[in-house]
Amino acid sequence: MILRYTLKAAISGLQTHKSRSLLTILGIVIGVAAIMIVMSLGQGAQNLILSEIESIGSKTIVVVPGRQPKGPSDIISTLITDSLKQRDLEALKIKSNVPHLDDIMPVVFGSDSVARGNETYRPTIFGMTDLFAKIYGVYPSEGRLFDNDEVKSYSDVVVLGSKVKDQLFGADDAVGEKVRIKGKNFRVIGVFGQKGQLSFMNVDEFIAMPYTTAQQYLFGIKYFNRIIVEADTEANVPQTVYDITATLRNSHNITDPTKDDFFIQTQAQAMETVGSITSIITLFLAAVAAISLVVGGIGIMNIMLVSVTERTREIGLRKALGATNKNILSQFLIEAIILTALGGFIGIALGTAVSFGASYVLTHFLNLAWLFSFPVFAAALGIGVSAVVGLVFGIYPAYRASRLSPTEALRHE
Amino acid sequence: MNSSPLIKVQNLEKTYRDDGEPTPALRGISFSVNNGEFVAIMGPSGCGKSTLLHILGFLDRQTEGAYEFEGRFMDSYTDEELAHVRNKKMGFVFQTFNLLPRLTVLENVKLPLLYSGIKESFWNEKAKQAIESVGLRHRMDHMSSKLSGGEKQRVAIARALVNDPQVIFADEPTGNLDSKSGQAVMSTIQKLNIEDKRTIILITHETYTAEHAQRVIRLLDGKVESDKPVDNRRKSNEFEK
Repeated sequence: MILRYTLKAAISGLQTHKSRSLLTILGIVIGVAAIMIVMSLGQGAQNLILSEIESIGSKTIVVVPGRQPKGPSDIISTLITDSLKQRDLEALKIKSNVPHLDDIMPVVFGSDSVARGNETYRPTIFGMTDLFAKIYGVYPSEGRLFDNDEVKSYSDVVVLGSKVKDQLFGADDAVGEKVRIKGKNFRVIGVFGQKGQLSFMNVDEFIAMPYTTAQQYLFGIKYFNRIIVEADTEANVPQTVYDITATLRNSHNITDPTKDDFFIQTQAQAMETVGSITSIITLFLAAVAAISLVVGGIGIMNIMLVSVTERTREIGLRKALGATNKNILSQFLIEAIILTALGGFIGIALGTAVSFGASYVLTHFLNLAWLFSFPVFAAALGIGVSAVVGLVFGIYPAYRASRLSPTEALRHE
Repeated sequence: MNSSPLIKVQNLEKTYRDDGEPTPALRGISFSVNNGEFVAIMGPSGCGKSTLLHILGFLDRQTEGAYEFEGRFMDSYTDEELAHVRNKKMGFVFQTFNLLPRLTVLENVKLPLLYSGIKESFWNEKAKQAIESVGLRHRMDHMSSKLSGGEKQRVAIARALVNDPQVIFADEPTGNLDSKSGQAVMSTIQKLNIEDKRTIILITHETYTAEHAQRVIRLLDGKVESDKPVDNRRKSNEFEK
């Protein structure tokens, strides 16, 4: 019941010094808003990346050549390792080796200039099979994708990404026309619709052709950059990963698992990795933002000390009327906590507004599939932390107030 | 009434050591006050009368000597107990009123109840009663900063009364008032003594004000110069509206 009166007294105290109170809590406002923005944008970025990984499909398993990367040099080595070969593909296709394998597609990729007349463009070139469309749900909006026979027969056919088509053909029809890559003519049989970024590739800026053709005529290689496997069901993904591993080790004569010259990625695994990385980054940024809360707390302490001095007579009077040291202590503590909690609330509102604005810009001007998310956890954290800041930085001024001698305080001018 | 005195001080001394140099304010004061007595303490400024009142009102502790309140030595009270006694058994009226300007009359009078442990549901009733007893019922919801000096002091008296204390300490209650308001305030204070049988300890340097008491103690340089009953006690007329 005293609490209610203390609250009222604190609020009326703040009202008499409106602009001072607002300036005081600015540090807290900025700190909490920064935490909110970082966490909201972090969560949004994480959702965006995760939804891209999800678009790979939950039954998809990717076999990558080389060791599991532990650092940047390992990542580069996965691009030049030739450990995945045709015989591995054949071994994986044997039903008794990988019983739950539904489909399999080798992938090769590289970059080269594509020319049509005087127009040239340098897209990423992907060698693949028609399984691509099924796995990623990307189909040509004009023309068609090459079929299995064309893959087997090393056909000189390509399907263009929408941006590649625009660069080379402008408004002209592309299907049926020819493009030149490495001095060789390729027939355009299809154009993909606008799709944007899709897991590790940007469909708009790539060219698809049969992997056999790409290996033979463009890259001159006999190995694959990836092997993509579809399991028959999501539940069988772990078993299939196990079977693939066993088959490839057998095919490569590997007995020591640490000597594996390939590694396997699944959607679940990738989501886990990305999720934990973005969470760490977000938390780190939030911790940086939290520093401004400490700065804000010092501002609160400063103004509370001023307030104690200004209200020395009031403290003396309250003591004369029977307030104990504890009563005075709690009065000033509550006031500090109200200040910071108020700052916390304003900060949450500001942070929400800014992150909402940012998500609006990202979706409307940058065409990202960005979803605004209100970080409940960050909001709770912001309020909690700012109240704790009020408690910590309010305790010294409140203690000073409580220790004032009533006679000295009453004599104070 | 109880035969033992309400207040008893013996060889009370108080020395301030603010700047290292000890400054004696009280140099051995002894007297006692019975329950229901109205005592005025007089003396020129710097004679130690405020210091004495602060000690009697449990706002400060003596350096030497003994102070018994209701037969119990002040030294045996903790600070928290002192606050409790101030709240329950003592009321204070100051020269500068010491009202909180942002609060209404009612809220100001309620202030001691905040620390009393009395249930909140009784607060309004008690505060209203106290305000009525000083004749300010019509000012109940006014902001205290909007009142005249005399009204402010009567609010302060209502605040001192709200916990039904045994003793009221008044430190120059008329010092900031014009004579008419001063008379009204003194009449209110005297009524508390005569009608309610409350003990009053009043500090003043005006003989006129002191003559409302039954007894006058004069201090000079931290010592009791004289301690005499008032021969012709001044009886206030009712000045209240």
